Amino acid sequence: MTNHIGNHGKLVQVLDQEGIKRTIARMAAEVLERDGEDILLVGIHTRGIPIAHRLAQALEATTGRPTSVGLLDITLYRDDVGPWRPAHSQPVLKRTELPSSIDDRVIYLVDDVLFTGRTIRAALDTLVDYGRPRAVRLVVLVDRGHRELPIAADVVGKTLQTDRNEDVQVRLSEVDGEEGVWFGKEGVDGH
Amino acid sequence: MVIEAAAALSSKDLVGIAPLEAGEIQLLLDTAEQLLEVARRPIKKVPTLRGMTVINLFMEASTRTRFSFEVAEKRLSADTLNFSASTSSVSKGETLFDTARNLMAMAPDFIVIRHPNTGAPHRLAHVVTASVINAGDGSNEHPTQALLDAFTMRRHFGDLAGLKVVIAGDIRHSRVARSNAFLLSKMGAEVRFVAPASLLPPGVQELGVKPFLRLEPALEGADVVMMLRIQMERQKRMNFPSAREYFDFFGLTPERLKLANEGALVMHPGPMNRGVEIDSEVADGDQSVILEQVTNGVAIRMAILYLLAGGRSDAATDS
Repeated sequence: MTNHIGNHGKLVQVLDQEGIKRTIARMAAEVLERDGEDILLVGIHTRGIPIAHRLAQALEATTGRPTSVGLLDITLYRDDVGPWRPAHSQPVLKRTELPSSIDDRVIYLVDDVLFTGRTIRAALDTLVDYGRPRAVRLVVLVDRGHRELPIAADVVGKTLQTDRNEDVQVRLSEVDGEEGVWFGKEGVDGH
Repeated sequence: MVIEAAAALSSKDLVGIAPLEAGEIQLLLDTAEQLLEVARRPIKKVPTLRGMTVINLFMEASTRTRFSFEVAEKRLSADTLNFSASTSSVSKGETLFDTARNLMAMAPDFIVIRHPNTGAPHRLAHVVTASVINAGDGSNEHPTQALLDAFTMRRHFGDLAGLKVVIAGDIRHSRVARSNAFLLSKMGAEVRFVAPASLLPPGVQELGVKPFLRLEPALEGADVVMMLRIQMERQKRMNFPSAREYFDFFGLTPERLKLANEGALVMHPGPMNRGVEIDSEVADGDQSVILEQVTNGVAIRMAILYLLAGGRSDAATDS
């Protein structure tokens, strides 16, 4: 629990590189215990995707067999694009890539931070347009609370007690070039 | 030449390619790239524009452009209303402004307009709050066609900069040729217009293109060969002796196509006159991407609707 100085200002670090690695290994074990190895991991853009890949690696380390990873862009299903969005430019669309059929599969949606639950609502709507999975579960690296919809994660890496206006930052080497989870009052180099 | 995609479109309307910046074109093409995937899903529809209304105002005949817009609108869950010249009050003498005022009373979010007069979409855009999309105005511009053509080229070559693009046919009457010339030169491609002198527009150099009076020399080193339809309905006085003679001099035959680069793309905005501007063997051959253009057209029109729906402002926020 170091006080990271530098470009994170006064944010408090709650996980470092090693911490993230251990957390993901534990999450993979929980996934395996719940549903076995015949699952499909689906990462939600942006940071859900590297986490899904790392979970797949951790699963393979145990089972010796590869786990497929899909990519999901939820932008077209967001509740703040289209007519409800107050005259702002649209979010950039990203690639969705799922295996040919998701019918009857057990899907683990993977995201970095669970907050209001709106992203997950959009992700569920996106998924059902691709098929009818046997079950959809949710795995997140950080659950920071403050849900606005009746959504809960099945596997949680780290639960943080936060104020609503606090900033939670997950940084992963694949996306951000550094590793760690920080949180604290916003206005301190938020992103 | 690296062109950064803009964060947003700068206008509420898409009236032509001429007013667009290269970065805006890049944003449109990047967005279309992701929207192509919707057509390959079991459920080819996303909820993005639900509750929004689009009026398709077609004052001039069109099949593929109108269908393409309608498919794009429906795939984004917008509600669509279709007005065509023959069935609307326009045929009863109503002016464009009165039509527009009446349409606005129905609170549409978008008006897609095709009109025989140059500048009609621009004038409409000034008087309505809805986003106006030009689906072809007179012999001025057909921006969505140029975008889908560029999108098709980019998907094959990765980049537009440096491409040599031949556009051959009835250039004088072609809004497709004009929009393509604007777009391709903004993106760093070289455009070559080929037509008999009677079908080249005056001031062709001002468009930044190289004019050719023969097809063969223009084809040398070409990456893309785009054939335009000879618009029989616009040839009030004949600009060439006969369709047969036109084909003999300007038709794209397998032999002539060999003069272009190996693997050059053959494109046509449709509808084709087989045996007039293009040989059937070429139109149906391996190098033809004519049907891909149609598929890509839907994604491009979805991208335009999606980006215009966001309105005009600064950068997007991600959450």
